[in-house]
Amino acid sequence: MEIPNINKNKITEVLEKDKRLDGRKLFDYRDIEIETGISKNAEGSARVRIGKTEVIVGVKMDVQEPYPDHEDEGTLITGMEFSPISGERYESGPPKIDAIEVARVVDRGIRESKFIDFKKLCIKEGEKVWSVLIDIYAINDDGNILDASALASVAALMVAKMPEYDEKTEKVKFGEFTKDSVPLTENIPFTMTFHKIKNKLFIDPNRDEEDTSEGRVTLAITKPKKEYIINAMQKGDMALFSIDELEQVVKETEKLYDKMFNELNKKIEKLMKK
Amino acid sequence: MSYTKRLDGRKADELRPIKAEVGIIPNADGSALFAFGETVAIAAVYGPKPLHPQHMQDPERGIIRCVYNMLPFSVTERARPGPSRRSKEISMITENALSGVVELKRFPGTVIDVEIMILQANASTRCAGINAAAMALAHAGIVMKEMVSSVSIGKIDDKIVTDITKAEEDYEEGEGATDIPFTISSNTHAITHLQLDGKIQTERLKEAYDAALKASKKILDYQTRALKGEKIDENK
Amino acid sequence: MTEKKEKRRIVIPGEVIVSGDDYLPGDFTRKEGKDIIAQRYGLAEGDRVIKIIPISGVYEPRRGNTVIGRVSDITFNGWIVEIGGPYGAFLSLMECPRFINKNDIAEFANIGDLFCAKIFTVKRNSADLTLKSRGLGKLEGGRVIKINPHKVPRVIGKEGSMINLIKNETQTEINVGQNGFIWIKGDLAGEEKAEKTIELVAKEANSEGLTEKVEKFLGGKIKKINPEEMVKEE
Repeated sequence: MEIPNINKNKITEVLEKDKRLDGRKLFDYRDIEIETGISKNAEGSARVRIGKTEVIVGVKMDVQEPYPDHEDEGTLITGMEFSPISGERYESGPPKIDAIEVARVVDRGIRESKFIDFKKLCIKEGEKVWSVLIDIYAINDDGNILDASALASVAALMVAKMPEYDEKTEKVKFGEFTKDSVPLTENIPFTMTFHKIKNKLFIDPNRDEEDTSEGRVTLAITKPKKEYIINAMQKGDMALFSIDELEQVVKETEKLYDKMFNELNKKIEKLMKK
Repeated sequence: MSYTKRLDGRKADELRPIKAEVGIIPNADGSALFAFGETVAIAAVYGPKPLHPQHMQDPERGIIRCVYNMLPFSVTERARPGPSRRSKEISMITENALSGVVELKRFPGTVIDVEIMILQANASTRCAGINAAAMALAHAGIVMKEMVSSVSIGKIDDKIVTDITKAEEDYEEGEGATDIPFTISSNTHAITHLQLDGKIQTERLKEAYDAALKASKKILDYQTRALKGEKIDENK
Repeated sequence: MTEKKEKRRIVIPGEVIVSGDDYLPGDFTRKEGKDIIAQRYGLAEGDRVIKIIPISGVYEPRRGNTVIGRVSDITFNGWIVEIGGPYGAFLSLMECPRFINKNDIAEFANIGDLFCAKIFTVKRNSADLTLKSRGLGKLEGGRVIKINPHKVPRVIGKEGSMINLIKNETQTEINVGQNGFIWIKGDLAGEEKAEKTIELVAKEANSEGLTEKVEKFLGGKIKKINPEEMVKEE
């Protein structure tokens, strides 16, 4: 069922006073849980729960020809499905534009941050490179699937192991893994989506809040040295953002990065040791 | 050399370690997880709910609509996302395996959606999917005459074994491997789904059914315990 | 009382609940030989007539039920209302307590608005609603939450004991639809507390000591309600 008007009004009304219906502050995430090893057959896989929202992500590797303009670099393909398992509003069928958008935003954050060391995925320049395939599935949608998808994708990459490659036959031995991790850099992208209702900004909407949201902007940021770097942005929905609002978003992003990134990173690193 | 010792050391009639749980998807009206060892399936049920478009409605009864979806990373060589001829067939046989025990006349013109996802695959995915779906239907309060439980019986060389793995499916010595997935109802012990892939002597089919019946009783016990609130994980 | 039935227990479809000549099948059970067999997941109950009390599943509309529903469309003579479950519902202009001009339908209630209404007939595949009774009408302000409809009796409690407790402690107005939609109106803190309490009741509906848990959650300064009665309540 779609959101009733009174809930929309209530969310909007209390937001004016910097409050939310579940008692959270504007820039609070719900509890975040990360789990890895969802599929042993994947090179890497992860489940992320943000409150009642849940997504799972799997990473598979394959070998292909490089793109002509990047002959010595591996490739990345990201797919996403709002599976009908995740809520009554979703129907089966090919991914619709909302799913395509999630996949593309997650893809850009990972690609542009240079989190994956694409040069190290080159097997033979101009002929054979590794391709990283990320598949994202929504399992339970209670809002903010996008941030959950980005985090689960990062976690799945971090635990991923390269498959065996037979150089003689030039074929991947699927199902046999090496001890080597997928080559990654220190530039771990952290993706956050800010939503806007009237002139108020907030993060991590639940289902009703997301249905009330008038606009959003997503940022993928890294902090390779001392500076915060924005690697991907996406402004979504119809609401207009002023430059002041955008600056507020950036400021809050930096704060959230400092507050949450180390903690999340530690959680993932602990899982990597398992 | 006949197949006297199973590749993973199990007894002929032994199931792999089972995982079973209900209520895993908060949005759904009913949901469940069921795993045979490394084969993990989850299922969600939405409905009964109005069926659109109207011309698909059956004025006499409700319908069950199943979608079986094997995730790309559930298998060693990535599966293409989206439906395939294989997944469409499995969706259909799952629908039939379940429809026979569900009281569909209560809500004419409605649909019950059953969504199945295979997270990790090592053979018997359709059976794990049907087990999870049956649990999810019960969990969703759907009126059912009885439960169903599904298991893959194999004839590996000349030996009848229960709950076969991928490695057993690929066994080539002697008479080779035959895969016989059964779904059996809990009270009448009727067959609601049966397939066979390979070769079996006609007189040995009953032997395969007997193995399936025995296994289905064990599986029903796991399904029952999970529905009564237990989180079963024999891997631990 | 027979020995078999000192406690309610969860049963699953196909399960033999009791066996014997004395027993008769009630709601969601059937008799085969001497066996009373469950046809639905839920709590089995009864001395002689064995029935199952559902604990899950979608709302099943019944005549006389008060429900809360969302307007999903407007026709020339009324509103199409979503109430959850297998069928939609319809509220005709004729069933409003006061005259509404056909041109003013959307003004009285628009898409997304909520009605608290009563089901007066259940047809083949829809339910007809009326507002012609006390306490019914369009809901204004507050918020609405959704719980499983089969948990509603526990939220209401014996003779309304549970819901009154929550209303008093949170200083809110609460309207419970039998379809699991619950409307809460009060100040922000009160609404939030009431929502969380109702969610707790729904989550713990079948566990022991529910009243104690609720009292503790609400702050433990509650008038004593006999917990025995709460548990037996239906």
